[in-house]
Amino acid sequence: SAGTSLAALQRMDVRSSLSYLYWLFCQFELITCSYLMEPWEKLLFYSFNLALLGLLLYTTYVCVALQASSAFQLLCSLLANPQDSALAVVK
Amino acid sequence: QCRLNVLITNFCSVSFFPQKNGISNGTLYKKTFIEHFEQAPMYVAVFTFVGFAVGTIFGYLRDFMRAWGLEKRNIAAEREQQKDFVPLYQDFENFYTRNLYLRIRDNWNRPICSVPGPQFDLMERVTDDYNWTFRFTGRTIRNVINMGSYNYLGFAETDVNALKTVTIELKKYGTGVCSTRQEMGTLDKHVELEKLVAKFLGVEDAMVFGMGFATNSMNIPALVGKGCLILSDELNHTSLVLGARLSGATIRIFKHNNMQSLEKLLRDAIIHGQPRTHRAWRKIIILVEGIYSMEGSIVRLPEIVSLKNKYKAYLYLDEAHSIGAVGATGRGVVEYFGMSPDDVDVLMGTFTKSFGAAGGYIAGKKGLVDFLRTHSHSAVYATSMCPAVAEQIIRAMKCLMGLDGTTQGLQRVRQLEKNTRYFRRKLHEMGFIIYGNDDSPVVPLLLYMPGKIGAFARRMLEKNIGVVVVGFPATPITESRARFCVSAAHTREMLDTVLNALDELGDFLHLKYSRYSKSSHPELYEESRLELED
Repeated sequence: SAGTSLAALQRMDVRSSLSYLYWLFCQFELITCSYLMEPWEKLLFYSFNLALLGLLLYTTYVCVALQASSAFQLLCSLLANPQDSALAVVK
Repeated sequence: QCRLNVLITNFCSVSFFPQKNGISNGTLYKKTFIEHFEQAPMYVAVFTFVGFAVGTIFGYLRDFMRAWGLEKRNIAAEREQQKDFVPLYQDFENFYTRNLYLRIRDNWNRPICSVPGPQFDLMERVTDDYNWTFRFTGRTIRNVINMGSYNYLGFAETDVNALKTVTIELKKYGTGVCSTRQEMGTLDKHVELEKLVAKFLGVEDAMVFGMGFATNSMNIPALVGKGCLILSDELNHTSLVLGARLSGATIRIFKHNNMQSLEKLLRDAIIHGQPRTHRAWRKIIILVEGIYSMEGSIVRLPEIVSLKNKYKAYLYLDEAHSIGAVGATGRGVVEYFGMSPDDVDVLMGTFTKSFGAAGGYIAGKKGLVDFLRTHSHSAVYATSMCPAVAEQIIRAMKCLMGLDGTTQGLQRVRQLEKNTRYFRRKLHEMGFIIYGNDDSPVVPLLLYMPGKIGAFARRMLEKNIGVVVVGFPATPITESRARFCVSAAHTREMLDTVLNALDELGDFLHLKYSRYSKSSHPELYEESRLELED
């Protein structure tokens, strides 16, 4: 199906990624039946989706950033003083 | 030994790989039987459910708004005094109709205003309030390519030379018969037609009725009753189901075209007999169709006939879509498999599809037909066929048999065969999922997602091609499809136009789910060929 989508791009004579993005958006509309909705329903649906996506991104950012920074701090402390670090107990 | 071969045939043909079966099962099948029922990748099913889920959520939202007066109510609702009674409009079917079917309702019931030949004219229809009401703009959309009408041999035509005899009969008899067959409605035209039908099919006698649906629903109750057993295919038409239910016999369903399922039911029926008393069944009758119109599959007639001979059951074959459309000379599935019409007990068919007329027939042994003449509800109470329509069938059948002195009938059958093969091959090559037998002119193209049903039909109409799309409840909920009916009247150019439009639309809507096709990109192939020639 990757081959056919590539061929689809060629057939449609699409060179810009913008057209491809529009095509992806059309697929999203068809799959979620938002193509059939009235305008106010579409507004409701898209705003709900965007809100959910925004929440997901924010949560990912917060979680990942926190975990990454704490992991990095641990790594730094390990490298700096290998003798009296928290892992000295293991040795 | 025989059953093992049958199993292998079934496994090989109803599988994901469209491979040839060869002449398996030895003497039963004289030609290869290739059917495809490919399953789409898993993500398609997931997306279909997502689509239905979103549709259902919004359906509940709209219902809530309608119930609380936030939105104008256009739907049927109970009166104030009926509110305390059992609700009338709360079941799933009504919910589905209100909230999902209504959104794409403009793709069905489109009025046409010309003969449904290979091209036809549509009345343009717009809606201002999202498909609640329609209004006609007064404009006609001309020369829309017709891929939806059951016009397999192209006899739905307005050519004056072709309809000469029909015009003569219309002037002689008028249009109304004003009576039933048993009173004063049997005209010499009916007798002539019945003799011709019997000759065409190679049976002793035949009887014709005014309506195809009524032929099934009114004659099955005359043939079977209480104490009889009906074994009916899973995907039988509503007319057969209605006739079976009206008869009062016990009905058991076997899986679609599945001979193991049928044999198991037959064995159980004979071993255990009737439910409480364990007496033998008075009659066991198997109801099948020649071509199933939603799947495009052809019945496995040789195996069913051998089963029915072994277990002493009767066979009722509904050839609504297959008479005229398959077979070397257009005589239906019996001829397609090279069998004799004596193998089938009751041959039923309709004149609506391949003959460009209306009505149905039942043919078989003389005793059977004489019994139906006296005991069928349709014969006793229904108005008989209009004589002009009977003449249309007579001229179409004479054309098919070659009795009018030309080879036009045979040419039409050959053209249909060629068109079917070409259309199916091209669609397979492009990568669409097509159901059904390679020789059946009914071509269902799978769409799966509910959002794509509306998009497909609307865009095809914009390209001036009229298609029929089908969704739930006529098909399983996840397998909505577009059904094409190839006709002998379609020229190669028309089919190419349709195929190009389908190619484009398939890419845009992402409908090419098949995993086993070689996608044909002519420009790529030609380039490589040029390189090799250098």
